[in-house]
Amino acid sequence: MLFLLGYTYFHPMNYLASIGRYAIMIKEVFKKPTKWRIMKSLILKEVDELIFGSLGILIFIAFFMGAVVAIQTALNITSELIPKNLVGFATRQSIILEFAPTFCSIIMAGKVGSYITSSIGTMRVTEQIDALEVMGVNALNYLVFPKIVALCLYPFIISIAMYVGIFGGWMAAVFGGFSTSADFIAGVQLDFIPFHVAYAFLKTLVFAFVLATVPSYHGFYMTGGALEVGKASTTSFVWTSVVIIVANYILTQLLLGQ
Amino acid sequence: MIEVNDIHKSFDNSHILKGVTTSFQKGKTNLIIGQSGSGKTVFLKCLLGLFTPEEGTISYDGKIYTDLTDEQKRDLRQEMGMVFQGSALFDSMTVEGNVKFPLEMFTKQSKSEMQDRADFVLKRVNLVDAHHKYPSEISGGMQKRVAIARAIVMNPKYLFCDEPNSGLDPKTAIVIDNLIKEITEEYNITTVINTHDMNSVMEIGEKILFLKDGLKAWEGSNKEIFKTDNETVTDFVYSSDLFKKVRQMYIEERN
Repeated sequence: MLFLLGYTYFHPMNYLASIGRYAIMIKEVFKKPTKWRIMKSLILKEVDELIFGSLGILIFIAFFMGAVVAIQTALNITSELIPKNLVGFATRQSIILEFAPTFCSIIMAGKVGSYITSSIGTMRVTEQIDALEVMGVNALNYLVFPKIVALCLYPFIISIAMYVGIFGGWMAAVFGGFSTSADFIAGVQLDFIPFHVAYAFLKTLVFAFVLATVPSYHGFYMTGGALEVGKASTTSFVWTSVVIIVANYILTQLLLGQ
Repeated sequence: MIEVNDIHKSFDNSHILKGVTTSFQKGKTNLIIGQSGSGKTVFLKCLLGLFTPEEGTISYDGKIYTDLTDEQKRDLRQEMGMVFQGSALFDSMTVEGNVKFPLEMFTKQSKSEMQDRADFVLKRVNLVDAHHKYPSEISGGMQKRVAIARAIVMNPKYLFCDEPNSGLDPKTAIVIDNLIKEITEEYNITTVINTHDMNSVMEIGEKILFLKDGLKAWEGSNKEIFKTDNETVTDFVYSSDLFKKVRQMYIEERN
């Protein structure tokens, strides 16, 4: 797996050291808070950048994702014995359980993760982080904490993605002639388990924390110049995706496994 | 006054600072010179507390940095101003925002008090029309002035400058040098400047520390540097033909 990530040889100590440094970074983020008056404006700025700035792309992706899931399900129903409402049921389950929380988080690792790594990395390269530290500012709290708080609203955009995804499925199924509106809606309402939504939001919150902290780690501790900022962004995307996928497996096993 | 006693600093297997001892006086412009890779930046970052030396001590008016608690270190850092080589202005803030930043972070001043203070320091560095511009919209010389304004806005006791006139034309470089010297004398602060610029050395170097391979090779004033026979220093200082001729004239005049 490490080979696939672009590493030709494995240094266990390097990875252990990185995990340790990441843990120390998280501890530092919550130490010595910045003045609330300043922090408030930083949080609002990050909410605008990370949450509202991602809304458009996530709605677009969720709509087409739902549409494709509906079409694929409909095309694979070949037996007459399978009820027609399965299209709506499968679309709802796929979107709520996996596609909206996990797939959207991988997209966000690219969009938001790269932004976070490159913006913090550029601050490192141009000595802006050194300037904060010389002034006596806890740079990690100042830069990373507002991102963590802002991304606590991530479940909000994922809930919109869920709705839009199912709506996209309905559009594709009904207007593509794969299912009737009544069948699709019946499927969406069939055997609904509210805990599945809670599970999805819980996962989303964990992913939000990963999305805020892993790219920040790669940006904050990067060394070098402009070229390294680009490399750090790519590495950050890879590792954020890996952590999200592994966390997804662990959370699914813990919350839905027997 | 800053006193440095036998500091050592290494990275991985390379020993960068190999025991530097010196002191920097209050109200004077102290310059650190030396070739690239001589340990100047590491030395300056040790003075700023960004790097911790493995051995030796640095004391600020008698307070030894490594003996201070985190709280005391933070308080001490608020008494320091730093002008970075690339200015290190916050891109997302205007000139005024950059200057007000330390006030907003560490003081309980009202908005009008902060505005007055920002206006005052920007005027002090001769920058009156750029309040609402972003760093990317102003020239390198103006960025350096903003960086100086930000560094002095909290009335620091210690001012550190890393290559303050790198990338500037000679005229602007002299303006920046003179500004730093004036501010040092006016506010009676301990100023330490890391530089390659021989004009700065000659113009404002009240105390000069010459580093070579992580060791103190020479120290003295800008007047003494003309007279020194230390070959390491003369090789570095008089590496240009112009300075060689100036020195030759000086020696001939003296004889």
